[in-house]
Amino acid sequence: MSKVHFKRKHLLEIKSLSKEEIETIIETARSMREVLSRPIKKVPALRGKTVVNLFFEPSTRTRTSFELAAKSLSADVVNFAAQASSVVKGETLLDTVKNIEAMNADIIVIRHSAEGSPHFLAERTKASIVNAGDGAHEHPTQALLDLLTLLDHKKRVDGLLIAIVGDILHSRVARSGIYCWKKMGAHVRVVGPPTLMPRFIEELGVEVYSDLKEGLKDVDVIYTLRIQLERQKGSFFPNLSEYSSIYAITPETIKYAKKDAVVMHPGPVNRDVELFAEVADSSRSLILNQVTNGVAVRMAVLYLIAGERK
Amino acid sequence: MKLLLKKGRIISPGIKDGEYDILIENGRIIRIGKGISEKKARVINLRGLLTFPGFIDIHTHLRDPGWEYKEDIESGSKAGAWGGFTAIVCMANTNPVNDNPSVTRYIREKAKEVAVIKVLPVGAVTKGLKGEELSEMGGMFKEGAVAFSDDGNYIQNSTVMRRALEYSGIFDLPIISHPEDTTLSGEGVVNEGISSLISGMKGIPSESEEIAAFRDATLCALTGRKLHLTHISSKGSVEIIRNFKKKKVKLTCDVTPHHLFFTEKEVFKFNPNFKMKPPLRSEEDRNALFKGLADGTIDMIATDHAPHDKASKEVEFNFAPFGVIGLQTALSVVIWLWKDGIINLHDIPVKCSLNPAKLLGLKDCGVIKEKRVASITVVNPDVRWTFTEDLILSKSSNSPFLGMKLKGRAVLTISEGRIAYYDEKL
Repeated sequence: MSKVHFKRKHLLEIKSLSKEEIETIIETARSMREVLSRPIKKVPALRGKTVVNLFFEPSTRTRTSFELAAKSLSADVVNFAAQASSVVKGETLLDTVKNIEAMNADIIVIRHSAEGSPHFLAERTKASIVNAGDGAHEHPTQALLDLLTLLDHKKRVDGLLIAIVGDILHSRVARSGIYCWKKMGAHVRVVGPPTLMPRFIEELGVEVYSDLKEGLKDVDVIYTLRIQLERQKGSFFPNLSEYSSIYAITPETIKYAKKDAVVMHPGPVNRDVELFAEVADSSRSLILNQVTNGVAVRMAVLYLIAGERK
Repeated sequence: MKLLLKKGRIISPGIKDGEYDILIENGRIIRIGKGISEKKARVINLRGLLTFPGFIDIHTHLRDPGWEYKEDIESGSKAGAWGGFTAIVCMANTNPVNDNPSVTRYIREKAKEVAVIKVLPVGAVTKGLKGEELSEMGGMFKEGAVAFSDDGNYIQNSTVMRRALEYSGIFDLPIISHPEDTTLSGEGVVNEGISSLISGMKGIPSESEEIAAFRDATLCALTGRKLHLTHISSKGSVEIIRNFKKKKVKLTCDVTPHHLFFTEKEVFKFNPNFKMKPPLRSEEDRNALFKGLADGTIDMIATDHAPHDKASKEVEFNFAPFGVIGLQTALSVVIWLWKDGIINLHDIPVKCSLNPAKLLGLKDCGVIKEKRVASITVVNPDVRWTFTEDLILSKSSNSPFLGMKLKGRAVLTISEGRIAYYDEKL
């Protein structure tokens, strides 16, 4: 396996990765997928290493995916669920991590509602930090597994037209996705209500649409984002049914895209809200492939991060 | 005791640029001239050093009373003296709030006892900084308040702000306003711009400052009273203020050293020491601040020195309180502004001493002149130094300049004739 292009101690974001580093992770993930297809789905690569899953936000699939990944590499895995707090009471994030570090953790996989928490910790601990989602900032392993999934299906990504649909403003998946797709040569559109579109988003080299029909025209990939009910309170839109009536991907609206367009979603899907069941369960949906690739990609990340950097 | 400052290069309005001797006695400058000799005086040689009228910082938070673990009047005054300030103005958001004469008196009396430079209290505009009822401005004025401000809390109610401007006019003291329409800035923590786009953190649009600045400037025109807009950060605000000044509306404003030195790109490291209100803005905004400073739209530089202890500041960026310290690094930024050609050497005493003195009605300060108060800041503009934690005299170390190499330091700070800080090695 090639390690030529990966010398990082942490995986904090996609933004600062080079195309070569991304390709190295993808190539490594393909080898890991081969491991996962064996009768004994395990290699000793991380034997004797401790991986701590430190999750300050509830997450079943990402945490399970990291746990399976670490175990398949023979690492010892500890799951640590914690409460994020803005109030100074009891243990701070830094305290928590210093304690985990004192137990000789080698890699800390962190999910946190506060943007930049992984960066904050990376500067202050000896362990390697893997960002498993920080607020609305980034979710790098999601972008990598999405890339692997799309490469499986379309063979190449450069030149493809990808539309990310939904709440771009609050989405870490959208931010990591935009960087990742763009670095790999795809054209990216963002489609959604202007209230959920970050100001200056065009600076990232994407095209902006508020009309679904126009936004989906000629696209190869429809990437739908989960819409959260709480956004209603912030006056972002009146209610979910109105949102759905304008932006849902349905058997009808999918026709705006190319005939062979595929549908992706980071999960969990709000069925019949942003994505209709008939589409989510159709042959054009890559959603379960995304989940399967999640484990392989996270194995690759843990493996490369733990590698010697001399 | 007499003090004789020999051969410093005086940079002050009202006196020709050149080397002079300054003789000080009983807190006053008694003579300025060449070749002064005085047997009984302590002599300090200032050859090659810049001698300014004492710097005045119109915006600090000394956290005293109430949060003395973050800062207190003594530590804040020492940090100020080290940074070349001969007087600092402390905001009213203490605990209890300085919204009544007894708190103002406490600050004044404690300052007299422990402070090494002048500490001038600001009274709250409204009771409890709530923006509803006017506080006892008259009583606080008698106890030494030099201005009124609900800093940190913008007075959202326009009628209350109008009344405040009118009422403070009795004492001819300014209202210092922190312009922020909080219904627009909301829960934002960084500039709404590249920094909110990239970081995903909630943005504070510069328009939230501009709407508030425009309203206050309009009320200033309506009342004809003294308004000072503090920590202006955006291009739009500079333009609004410039336009009002063209119409002869008598408002003033300041900018902080950190808004002049940094841009929003700093927040990509998620270091909480770059979290402040208003947030660091874009390069375009920063260029407009430079222009505003040079053309006189921006009258002065003020630190907004806001100490926070490590336990509250060394946390996730989102959860950290707003504010950074600035008393010990402001001078280096001012020197950098001059060396980089953004302002002239002769702008320095105007922006750092004369205009603040005028705003606060300190008629005795702001220039180096015979018979005036002997508050003097002596600077070595060429000394290179690194701002490390061990140099910090504040009780808090939340500075965006930590670890940075800077140029220019105060050598000698004289406040009302007393040596508040002197480092003869510089």
